[in-house]
Amino acid sequence: MAGKVTKDDLFWVFVKSNFLLGSFNFERMQAMGFCVAMIPILKRVYTGDDLKAALRRHLEFFNTQPFVAAAIMGIIGAMEEKKANGADISEATLSGVKVGLIGPLAGVGDPIFWGTIRPVLAALGAGVALTGSLIGPFIFFIGFNIIRLATHWYGVQYGYTQGTALVENIGGNQMRFLTEGASVLGLLVMGALVAKWTSVNMPLVISEYTNSAGEHVVTTLQSILDSLMPSIVPLLMTFACMALLKKGVNALTIIVGLFAIGIIGYWLGLMA
Amino acid sequence: MTVVLLFIVALITGFAAVLDEAQFHRPVVACTMTGAVLGDLTTGIILGGTLEMMALGWMNVGAAMAPDAALASVVSTILVIVGHQSIGAGIALAVPLAAAGQVLTIFVRTITVFFQHMADKYAEEGSCRGIEMCHWAGLLLQGLRVAIPSVAIYMVAGTDTVNNALNSIPEVITRGLQVAGGFIVVVGYAMVINLMNAQKLMVYFFLGFLLAVFTDINLIGFGAVGAICAYFHIQTMQMNIDIEEAAKTGGGGGVEGDDIDDSDLM
Repeated sequence: MAGKVTKDDLFWVFVKSNFLLGSFNFERMQAMGFCVAMIPILKRVYTGDDLKAALRRHLEFFNTQPFVAAAIMGIIGAMEEKKANGADISEATLSGVKVGLIGPLAGVGDPIFWGTIRPVLAALGAGVALTGSLIGPFIFFIGFNIIRLATHWYGVQYGYTQGTALVENIGGNQMRFLTEGASVLGLLVMGALVAKWTSVNMPLVISEYTNSAGEHVVTTLQSILDSLMPSIVPLLMTFACMALLKKGVNALTIIVGLFAIGIIGYWLGLMA
Repeated sequence: MTVVLLFIVALITGFAAVLDEAQFHRPVVACTMTGAVLGDLTTGIILGGTLEMMALGWMNVGAAMAPDAALASVVSTILVIVGHQSIGAGIALAVPLAAAGQVLTIFVRTITVFFQHMADKYAEEGSCRGIEMCHWAGLLLQGLRVAIPSVAIYMVAGTDTVNNALNSIPEVITRGLQVAGGFIVVVGYAMVINLMNAQKLMVYFFLGFLLAVFTDINLIGFGAVGAICAYFHIQTMQMNIDIEEAAKTGGGGGVEGDDIDDSDLM
């Protein structure tokens, strides 16, 4: 009779899940990190040749969003325990579940964590940091880490207790609601940031005259744009960047291009 | 003493940059820590906030790699504080540094393939400890690839040669970079929006934009408005699903309701 996974084992899986990407490499990406995180469970339930085989199969290719990976660790942990205790689970099934979860979970994790929670908290923290206040970095760091650690912790626990039942849930409506809901919030905040936290000033003088009341009236390119729609330039720039990124242009190339626009714009007197 | 602390801080940001977990490598955290070590916390925080805006969309998604915020943050903070450069110059320097950092991490991620194969051998022997060592070795290299260049630059920053080189940048460049600093963040926004890749949700983006242009709602307010929109959006989704289910059971009776078309979702 093989061993039973303990609370301590799950705790160590949780700890090691925080280092999933440590040995990221171009051949098998997060493979070593995944294997290392599974070791507390594998060592508990297997010995000898079975352990060797288990270590080998978890050194296979793996790559997903690192926070949601904790749930996969829990699920696979539960399956490995069952297998060690005689359940008819083949290596192919284990690999199939593991690889099968990479896509859907990354599809949920990327927009929620990288697309919504991090940029929103980072923008909030950065905005406060611009005033030189230590509260800025803390808002971001503490806020993000509470959410992240909770995801890791409950991912491992819930994944382990639900096991394969969770595999079916992930394809269900709850996940779609969560993903789309997060996207709605994220996009709304992004729209606000495009207007709020960019500054483009085009002081190029279009016309200059003294009106009948004797007031000196200066019309600049910026004042015309502002009367049409404030922040229209950053909005158009955002769309241009989106189009370029979709074409596969490197982000750093675009940043260098924007710097060039700034320098040339300043040199021509178009921007300030 | 400062050198040792700087080395440790840079090491931590290097770990964090590959792990992408605790976010020590994000500018708003990394610049703050570096500023604290170099004795000018406030400058570190402000530079961090400014760089964070620029780096908002720098993220590791799938196999794609973000520009390296760790090296960019630590080294540009060193140059601003120790080398007495302006925040504007710091931002401008951060871009080539992020690219350089990316090259270094690509290099380490390639070397780590070698550790991967060592781990395979340890698996054959059933050595858990061996596999763990290979894993931590990869992580350590990622820390060193930020720590070593950072300390090296700290050593030469503030010397006449470096100062003269940095000060010889013409005004049109530095002022132009400051101008660009006002809108460089749009790249980050564009990356985040593209990631969500939801054409039909773009209406919420425009709502956010218009509210920001014509009202004085602050960011917390936008969070609340966003949450309410998300709530109504999910309600609508649920309603559509219910209608579909009802139509199906009404027609055929007892059909499994799992063939909802996902093609227009992310």
